[in-house]
Amino acid sequence: MIQAVDYIRVLPEIVLTLFGVAIMMVEGALPPRASRKPLGWLAFVGTLAALAATVYQAGYPGMAFFGMVRVDSFSIFFHFLIAFIAALVVLSSFEYLDAQQIRGGEYYGLILFGAVGMVLMSSAVELVLIFIALEISSISTYVLAGFRRRAPSSIESSIKYFLLGSFATAFFLYGVALIFGATGSTRIYMIAETIQGGKHSAMVFTAVALMFVGIGFKIAAAPFHVWTPDVYEGAPAPVVGLMSTAPKAAAFAVLLRIFFAAATPGWFWPVWISAALSMTLGNISALVQDNVKRLLAYSSIAHAGYLLVAFAAARDIGISAAMFYTAAYALMNVGAFAVVSHFASAGERYVTLEDYAGLGRRSPVLAATLTIFLLSLIGIPITGGFFAKFYVFSAALKSNLVWLVIIAVVNSAIAAYYYLRIIVLMYMRDAREPAPTVQNVSAPLGVALALTVAATIYLGVLPGRVLDYASRGAALLVR
Amino acid sequence: MFFLNHIWIIPLLPALGAALMFFFGRKLSKSAVSFFCVGLVVVAFVFSCLTVLQYTGWAAAHNHQPFEKIVYTWLGSDTSNLGYLTHSGRAADFHVDAGFLLDPLSAIWLLFVTGVGMLIHIYSIGYMAHEGGYYRFFGYMNLFMFTMLTLVLGNNYVMLFVGWEGVGLCSYLLIGFYFLKKSATNAANKAFIVNRIGDAGFLLGMFTIAWYLGSFRFTQITEVARSGRLSTGDPTITLACLLLFVGACGKSAQVPLYVWLPDAMEGPTPVSALIHAATMVTAGVYMVARSNALFVLAPEAMKTVAIIGAVTAIFAASIGLVQNDIKRVLAYSTVSQLGYMFLALGVGAFAAGVFHVFTHAFFKALLFLGAGSVIHALSSEQDMRHMGALVHKIPTTFKTMLIATLAIAGIFPFAGFFSKDEILWQAWSADNGAYRALWYIGYATAFMTAFYMFRLMYLTFWSPSRVEHEVEHHIHESPKSMTIPLIVLAFFSLFAGFLGWPHSLKGSNRFEKFLEPVFAREATQFDKSGKEAQLAAAKKEEEHANPTEYFLMILSLGAAFAGWGLAKRSYGKAAEGYTEPIAATAPPAYRVLYNKWYVDEAYDYLFTGRRKLGPVRLGAMGAGEAAWAVDANFVDGGVNGAGWTTRALAKLSVWWDTWIIDGLLVNGIAYSTRPLSWLTRMIQWGLVQWYALVMVAGILGFVLYYIFR
Repeated sequence: MIQAVDYIRVLPEIVLTLFGVAIMMVEGALPPRASRKPLGWLAFVGTLAALAATVYQAGYPGMAFFGMVRVDSFSIFFHFLIAFIAALVVLSSFEYLDAQQIRGGEYYGLILFGAVGMVLMSSAVELVLIFIALEISSISTYVLAGFRRRAPSSIESSIKYFLLGSFATAFFLYGVALIFGATGSTRIYMIAETIQGGKHSAMVFTAVALMFVGIGFKIAAAPFHVWTPDVYEGAPAPVVGLMSTAPKAAAFAVLLRIFFAAATPGWFWPVWISAALSMTLGNISALVQDNVKRLLAYSSIAHAGYLLVAFAAARDIGISAAMFYTAAYALMNVGAFAVVSHFASAGERYVTLEDYAGLGRRSPVLAATLTIFLLSLIGIPITGGFFAKFYVFSAALKSNLVWLVIIAVVNSAIAAYYYLRIIVLMYMRDAREPAPTVQNVSAPLGVALALTVAATIYLGVLPGRVLDYASRGAALLVR
Repeated sequence: MFFLNHIWIIPLLPALGAALMFFFGRKLSKSAVSFFCVGLVVVAFVFSCLTVLQYTGWAAAHNHQPFEKIVYTWLGSDTSNLGYLTHSGRAADFHVDAGFLLDPLSAIWLLFVTGVGMLIHIYSIGYMAHEGGYYRFFGYMNLFMFTMLTLVLGNNYVMLFVGWEGVGLCSYLLIGFYFLKKSATNAANKAFIVNRIGDAGFLLGMFTIAWYLGSFRFTQITEVARSGRLSTGDPTITLACLLLFVGACGKSAQVPLYVWLPDAMEGPTPVSALIHAATMVTAGVYMVARSNALFVLAPEAMKTVAIIGAVTAIFAASIGLVQNDIKRVLAYSTVSQLGYMFLALGVGAFAAGVFHVFTHAFFKALLFLGAGSVIHALSSEQDMRHMGALVHKIPTTFKTMLIATLAIAGIFPFAGFFSKDEILWQAWSADNGAYRALWYIGYATAFMTAFYMFRLMYLTFWSPSRVEHEVEHHIHESPKSMTIPLIVLAFFSLFAGFLGWPHSLKGSNRFEKFLEPVFAREATQFDKSGKEAQLAAAKKEEEHANPTEYFLMILSLGAAFAGWGLAKRSYGKAAEGYTEPIAATAPPAYRVLYNKWYVDEAYDYLFTGRRKLGPVRLGAMGAGEAAWAVDANFVDGGVNGAGWTTRALAKLSVWWDTWIIDGLLVNGIAYSTRPLSWLTRMIQWGLVQWYALVMVAGILGFVLYYIFR
């Protein structure tokens, strides 16, 4: 029986869908030359409503729709994070769309539709539903990646993302099919029961590997990361801010469910290797980049690696560390891309490292903001990045993953180089002539930046509350 | 309960001032700067008074417990398993709160830190009026107040350590305030580096305690220490206490780490008064007093504290006898008085030590501010050889400084008499006279103190003028904002001692009574071994009218007057080119004292390595040179090798990317298929296929792993 409370358990999805549909309809009604800003505000209100819906929903934990959706602290954590990221991305898009002269109101609609998929990914506990949610989120981001229609690189980005993404989801679907074959169910908790009972057939192992490929693509973990730099380089900067964080967070949630809630076997060494590879390849490649977006793309590959370290650490401390890391990483990365998108100017002209020289003098506040995000990405104390790394590494140490931690720590040291390089450029080099002009930061973007800075520092000074919430979610996952 | 529950506001007030100065100070006028910075400290002082008042009421109703306010969990959480294994193999939660503790001990520090701090802030308005960097000065001063209050109010060792490091930082910033002066920056570095040595000890001590007892929190540690589960003389506790004391030696300038404090006088005079006399340097005393429950379990550590304290007292006093810089005399005097305080702590008379901290805060701050006023009057002259006959020219400064001098010399009924006498009496009688040797040292120091302080007074105020002519015309009394703090401090230098009027003089020693809950209450409840020192101290205090105590009082008064008399004879008529009596009678001794026992030189030979011992360079620079040699010959090879390898790898990766991936596979495919011209466009997506291929390779790898594992 479907009860009223079932609808509450998908309330954020409903809210986001309604707002998305409303945006599409209003877009059609608007005259072609009119400003699309009201649509943006509508989208922003939609994300706020989704946040409110999440808070409301938190009072009604449980299963919904015949055990296909599950609301618990774990899903609430990700719902909140994803809606928050969507709100930030909407805020930082106003100015960007103006600067790039993009007049597609469906841009905002797509962000909301993407968010629907991501939110659903984190609460779905049935593999086919997860797949559908994954597709919803993916298709929106494929389109968003190509939104700078006049720039060939953006089209290239979109098409690459689409082709490789479809390729990867196919693996995921195949994995779902195999696990259905092996266990007779697609429901995560029923799979768990079957798996815990008997011996593991090769089919189960293969299914896990195939699903890991599908999700590994989404989170840009090596060796399924190759698409990342090209796609991030071409896609619009705020969209990169979105797709390097929210879908990743959702995909991590799915992966956590598959590994821990479904208690699937045999993922340890693939994850171990993938973590080590992602960190190493990501960081070493980032060293030689001179395009900021490409650099941050490699950085996000590396961060996926750190996150997988927490997966390998397993148990509830590993899971809560991974959740905390997802949140901290998402906030600082959205912030960093917001700065990059502001600075890029019309046609994304200024995206090389050299353009950042002397920014500290020309635009001290913007430079200071970016510095905070970069320091957090390095993992310097009093930023969220520090505690994120700290919890992940200490969780891994507790699980005796000494070698993996050594690799991770060495990698953090390597990573410091390329992040610091940007800071050094901003503060210690003179700008080249003629210096790129920096526009004033518009109010919505200013709010988004202030929120991300505050959140990053908050996680670095008072990590306790968020970590506590994450631990509660984690405890539910490991039974 | 409002003030008590919002105790965390107290440190935040000056923090707000510091933040204001940091962000907007440059744009604010001097009057706005003084309004915010001084005003906030005044508010903090009033707030503190009300808080302590409320505390006394609360404590009376709660069995004199300490009041704890935990604002939030700062590090660690109950669910995250941020644990560590303690000594006993028990898993302890790594848990540190942003928590505040108010008990009589911290209340005393709270009151005199905010009170004296407030007066010195007011004084600085006048003193710094003509200096550059006015907002910077007040910003640092407010930052100092914030960190000092954090240190005093924190309810665990980690909070204390945060404050501890913070005051160290502010001290560094303020010593180097005139950063264009080489000597000032050198002194700042010296202070910072020497303090690091102490801090290392403190950290190790703190972690030893956490490892051994499983907590950083004072109340919990005290509870465990007094539960009777630990035996007296427990080696781990002794080690922890000794390590903590290393920290105290750094911060409170005790032998052998005292060398930074005299040099710290390079900072502006109000800084010397606030940080390097009244408040920060007593942090070590606070920390040891705060750890009293542990120290009483470690008699060996207590003995060390007492001996180091006594040695420091006489050693610094001896140097002070012959210095000519007015602030340096006071600096050595501070070191010497801090030695007294540790002597008291070491013999188990915690309350007496704290009492001396309390009275010392007033008269030493007053002496420094008075010296500042003298320096101000004499157009920045600090050498006492060029002073004299100022008694009528700057009368307020003179009168207040005279009171402070009488107080520090220990003359009845000034504040210093009561606190110093208490210490000497405790040294005499503690453990049935086991520490009597230290009494002799303390007694000799009392004589020296009187001598060098009156030497300072005679040379500055009473002797014939040796002031240079140019300067003579400009001599003027300081403005009101400077003299009023002097008068207030003089009032306390005169009367603060009455709070500790001893039982033997028909008093009630209210000061000690107030502190009893911290030091002695538990001891009476748990009559276990190791608490005896505390008990004895409390009991002795109540033995009324011990004839020995009267005798000792008269003896020390005699020493004070003898010092005074000797100073008068030697310097009363010191005209231009006067001779030092010590230089006349024993030239070698004078040279040694004048050169501060050559300690700085010895440290240069042994520890810093700035001077070569023959052909060999020892110490840090020696180690540096040796390390450099190793580095240049061995490590650099490795580093360069590693760097070269990394670069080579990056190059290889670029090369691979350019030639194999882009070149061979992408462009190669592109070029090779060029003849098929209709395909060229599609070939651009060869890249994607390659990407897909990589993914397939990955999945194949994983599947193969499962099949063959």
